[in-house]
Amino acid sequence: MERVAVVGIGQTKYEKGKTKNFAELSYEATRKALDDAGIELSDIDNVVTTTNDFFDGRTIACMAVAEAAGSYGRDATNVEGDGTLSAFYGLMRTLSGVYGTTMVSAHCKVSEGSPRKIVNQAFDPIYDRLLGMDAISSSALQARAYMQRFGITEEQCARVSVKNHGNARNNPYAHVPLDITVDDVMRSPMLAEPIKRLDTSPISDGACAIILATEERARRAARKPVWIRGVAHCADAYRLGERDLAWSQPLETAARKAYRMAGISHPSREIDVAEVYDAFSYMELMWYEGLGFCDRGEGGRLIDSGVTQMGGKLPVNPSGGVLSAHSVQVAGLARIAEAVLQLRGEAGKRQVPGARVALAHGTGGICAQTHCVWVLSN
Amino acid sequence: MKDQAANRQDELLEISSGKAEHVYYWHCGHYISPFFMGLRDKKTILGIRCSHCGRVYVPPREVCGRCFKTMHDWVDLGSEGSIYAFTVVKLPYIDPNTGKPIKVPRTDIYVKLDGADTCLMHWLDESDETKITVGARVRAVFKEQRRGTIHDIECFTQI
Repeated sequence: MERVAVVGIGQTKYEKGKTKNFAELSYEATRKALDDAGIELSDIDNVVTTTNDFFDGRTIACMAVAEAAGSYGRDATNVEGDGTLSAFYGLMRTLSGVYGTTMVSAHCKVSEGSPRKIVNQAFDPIYDRLLGMDAISSSALQARAYMQRFGITEEQCARVSVKNHGNARNNPYAHVPLDITVDDVMRSPMLAEPIKRLDTSPISDGACAIILATEERARRAARKPVWIRGVAHCADAYRLGERDLAWSQPLETAARKAYRMAGISHPSREIDVAEVYDAFSYMELMWYEGLGFCDRGEGGRLIDSGVTQMGGKLPVNPSGGVLSAHSVQVAGLARIAEAVLQLRGEAGKRQVPGARVALAHGTGGICAQTHCVWVLSN
Repeated sequence: MKDQAANRQDELLEISSGKAEHVYYWHCGHYISPFFMGLRDKKTILGIRCSHCGRVYVPPREVCGRCFKTMHDWVDLGSEGSIYAFTVVKLPYIDPNTGKPIKVPRTDIYVKLDGADTCLMHWLDESDETKITVGARVRAVFKEQRRGTIHDIECFTQI
């Protein structure tokens, strides 16, 4: 693959009930990304936005938001999915030879709609939807299947929540920084066995943007480029009943492909920091396994060992992860933005010292039907 | 004048989407229709086998996603199986059928019906999680009045 770099990033703070409207949020992130890259909109060749019509409450929401992301007078397109997939699309456009730079943006105002109803409406309308499935109940079924298969305990899941909410205290963009213990998580209200309130991610509004550039155009940007080394995307079956809920083969497939592109043969040794899509605490443990940070079924032991904490050999979610800020389709793009900050050495109090190789991971669909894995380096 | 402008800036307004609804009429299609008729008329659960890979899908559908072949081989799966995963939902929620609150706790289960390779989502009539185990045998409980929907199965019950 020809070299493509991330040359600029911008994020809003993630919080509930933001008073800016969705175009104002998107503009804030894209403006910040341009300023970060030290370039102007005239330097942007094309734009990829990320929208979800249900969350925005309007049809073809991409049409309404694109201008705030810089679309006027240039080619603009949209992804309805996670921001990691929009970035993947932006990468392909950059690699096409037609565009030297690509603005990738994502916004979401989860707090304005009815998120549980919206997730319920992602299920098959003539079957699963009518049984009242939503993100929490479907994830509880997945958590049960995973924990049962591999003997993962609720305390091990709780440790992810303690770690990530604790890390969020070092991230000025995070929505829910918390100083909590495993007992606090265990005693938080039971929502759907075995998932408790503090095992879940918050309802967050926010926006994120990144700018991709070819090697030639990256030289003109103000920032030290962060290079994209490997990317892959893979999908599971739509219906939960047709998946192996306890093990994500598509994640392993995507990770292996991305590692092959990046020339990584021992991910746990060669990756310095990872930002993964932990919408629920148990998911981070499952993703450790799929990403090859440990063997299958060993996710619980990995969190117990401290390897993934700040100061460990492979810190996961120094930003606080999705558990600490979940602006749905923005959340994957924020993982890439955080990986870029780590590789520039600009992650402030959440910096992993000397990080050279970073992984960013996004998911799409119910119980992570799709996975997108990014490997970046400085 | 200046003060009035400042007041306007302080007021950040909201507007509601209103009460209009979007109503859809979905065709169930050529595979889910027989599945619902099986529930309504025969109190049985129909699946379909991929003649290429042998997987039995329930609910049935046209295409095997793995082989990308049309499936024709209908299988009568009866009404019994075992629990693959369960959760007792304690968070109150809105019933998508009525838009009204529904009572909790409610137990969601994935059932692996005997003879099927995929799981069927439904409810279990037991909300004490200490009395439910993965692998427990269950049977579908059918309603007296059946209309050809997934609610023709009232719930599953442990055998």
